Amino acid sequence: MEQQQGEHHEHEHHLHLPHGPSEPTHHEEHIVSPKVYLIIGTCLLILTATTTAVSYIELGAFNAVVAILIACIKMTLVILFFMHVKYSSGLTKLTVAAGFFTFIVLITMTMTDYMSRAWGRW
Amino acid sequence: MDSQTLAAQTAETGHIGHGEHPPYLRHHFENAPQQREAATFGMWLFLLTEIMFFGGLFCAYLIFRNWYYPAFVAGSHTLHIWAGTLNTTLLIISSFTMAMAVHAAETRMRKAIMGWMIVTIILGCGFLCVKAYEWHDEWVDHHVPGLNFSPESFLHGSKAYPDDKLSLDMAEKTQLYYSLYFAMTGMHALHMIIGVSLLTILLIQVYGGKYVNGHVAPIENFGLYWHFVDIVWIFLFPLLYLISRHQ
Repeated sequence: MEQQQGEHHEHEHHLHLPHGPSEPTHHEEHIVSPKVYLIIGTCLLILTATTTAVSYIELGAFNAVVAILIACIKMTLVILFFMHVKYSSGLTKLTVAAGFFTFIVLITMTMTDYMSRAWGRW
Repeated sequence: MDSQTLAAQTAETGHIGHGEHPPYLRHHFENAPQQREAATFGMWLFLLTEIMFFGGLFCAYLIFRNWYYPAFVAGSHTLHIWAGTLNTTLLIISSFTMAMAVHAAETRMRKAIMGWMIVTIILGCGFLCVKAYEWHDEWVDHHVPGLNFSPESFLHGSKAYPDDKLSLDMAEKTQLYYSLYFAMTGMHALHMIIGVSLLTILLIQVYGGKYVNGHVAPIENFGLYWHFVDIVWIFLFPLLYLISRHQ
């Protein structure tokens, strides 16, 4: 809102008022170094090998827990580093977080409903 | 802006408003970083709708797996774990090469962008080939619901899993497993095909000299899409292939 109100003013003084990175909508871009990508890629491959290896060990119900936990770690690494969210603006971080939060709420509520309806029969 | 200001600006910069900004900057943005930020924001909103889309399929899979547990376990036992692991590896390496293509775009190295993009395309196609091989196997084994299905192989147990002897009723329920398997891997493969096609277009554009002047948003946003498709597979792999190994 403030942005829109200030727009007319900003246009008139376009040449005199260059906008610095301090503006809330401006985010300094960060170039991630290839070394970081290489480390993250290697970690992801190691985790893939781990999750496959663990699936051959009998852990009962924990086979699923471990596999999904490792998948969540891998997802976090991809989002933070490959998708640059770690280096992104607050807006992007909030968007991603809000999306995942909504998704988790939807899944949890649906699963809670299904599990409680068949209570004791699973 | 009144006509006087306009005339003054035109005289000063040669043409209206183009004086000091890169050619790819749209006029409704203040500057290039703001335009890039808006593009990233829009891309993430799209990806969130994709999360909801695949999330619905994952949710259905979890619920039906609980309901028809023996059928889902027996269905999962028929998949090749080596193919799933190989495909996960291919996709993770392709995500790395795509990240490197974005890095090359940020540092404005045309040949490096093209090189990393070509490797990414090859890895994506490799993934699709392994997937096609698996689907062919499932067709041969009569495991395709609606088109070519027989519960026969689940009635007597397999070589690797002699205990997988289901009742006829439960053996029929493996169709639910395969329906979700084909829906999820099929939608994922469709995303891969779209990804490889878009990447080919971007590659041709980079060859023609586009996106090497600091205008990285299209390549970066494609990178986000590609990594997202990778994340979907990171969850499909354990859910379809791994978690039922010992059950």
